[in-house]
Amino acid sequence: MKWFGKKKNKEIDNTALESVTKGLLVFAHPTTVISVEEILKDEGYSIRVVSPPPSYRTGCDLSVEFPLEFEAEISALLNSVGMTPLDVVPITSKGMEPLHFVRKKEFNGQYLMIRAANMKMTVDKISGKIVNISGGGCPDVPYMATEMIGQRLTDVLSPGEVGYSLCAYSLNTSYEELVKELGA
Amino acid sequence: MLLLAGSVPVKDLPLLIGPIEITPHGIKMDGHVLEVNRGNEAMMTAAALICKEYKLDKPVGMVAGDTGNRAGSEAIYKYLAKNLPDMGADVVTLHYVMPDINLNKKVLATIDTMEKKPVMIADAGTMYVAKAGGDASYYDVFTPDIGEMAFLADDKADHPAFTRGFIFDLEEDVPALIEKAYAANNVPATMFVKGATDYICLNGEIVETISEPCVETMEPIGGTGDLITGMISALIYAGKSPLDACRIAGRVNRQAGVLSQPTPATQIEEILQFLPQALHEVLEQLG
Repeated sequence: MKWFGKKKNKEIDNTALESVTKGLLVFAHPTTVISVEEILKDEGYSIRVVSPPPSYRTGCDLSVEFPLEFEAEISALLNSVGMTPLDVVPITSKGMEPLHFVRKKEFNGQYLMIRAANMKMTVDKISGKIVNISGGGCPDVPYMATEMIGQRLTDVLSPGEVGYSLCAYSLNTSYEELVKELGA
Repeated sequence: MLLLAGSVPVKDLPLLIGPIEITPHGIKMDGHVLEVNRGNEAMMTAAALICKEYKLDKPVGMVAGDTGNRAGSEAIYKYLAKNLPDMGADVVTLHYVMPDINLNKKVLATIDTMEKKPVMIADAGTMYVAKAGGDASYYDVFTPDIGEMAFLADDKADHPAFTRGFIFDLEEDVPALIEKAYAANNVPATMFVKGATDYICLNGEIVETISEPCVETMEPIGGTGDLITGMISALIYAGKSPLDACRIAGRVNRQAGVLSQPTPATQIEEILQFLPQALHEVLEQLG
């Protein structure tokens, strides 16, 4: 999705100054970050999804690291699409990035299970339906299971749209990999 | 009293507290029937079934609706922080909640004031927040799966989603993950690691592994780990040591898998109904 005309060369060249030229966009829910990440990457900004600094951590958080010199225009862009961050803070150290590795396992040639971090999603390759969701510990996991099991992978809202938490973020990674494997 | 607490995926459901009754339509507490899907309801059902088999009083459930907006989780943390000492709980299991380090520390501060500390069991969100807050020592038992074990082994990760790649790659070497987690004080004395092989650990040592019978199709089924946590809770309440509770629960879970003959599309209710039979068979085998 393109929200505005694509802009180029937004990275800062002087890496020696990197520690004082980055900022963090802090949001209420980790899955809001999925949408923000898509918008800002589409606009050509060099960003990373990372853990917030300790003072902002509750145990289930995600934020967006961005080049601080673009703070004004990024804030304006996010305000215009109703995704105003809770806070914008300068940072001096790098946050940790969420895990994007996945593991795949087939059962009887019919079912494909993909796990990202602690979250597993399993699809019946014949019907294209999600048959199970397993793992996780945040409250939206049982909710996502209720909403998604029995639905076709192609018809269902993604975990990024249904959930709120870091477990939803990881389940979204599993979901995206399943879509890639089995086709949208 | 065995207290089981956690959120359920029902929008706007208020805080409910009461004995857990098993009905044909789900578990009933405080006048509400909750459908058994996975998560807390599955854990509570498993615990209630085991309590019934041991002729114990019904476990007490504490739930609140939370689909991810934190409201139900906050209600649970706050109630526990204020009222836990007056509830008379001997064993407390805390399960699905939105991790909140500050609120969890308030609950733990309340526990510090208790003359007789309950046996504390944590899984799911409570286990995440305990580790992220550096508070694992407050608990007696953790029940991670393999993905969560990697998280517990990574002293920099606040949540399983942040487990670093080189530790995620260690998953084939579960003993190494267990060693790292104990060395970093990220786990309590007893731990049950759920997987193709279950690892039962005490004070940093792997004291037993269980790998048979192996029902591979249980892995994708949501809620199998919840059953183990519920059974361990009830068995400890029945007087078993945490270690023996893990030994029995791990075997019962596998036996219930054998009896239910699941496919990857099986839902947890279909396995739950075999727990009593599986318990009897396992207890007979163990003598």
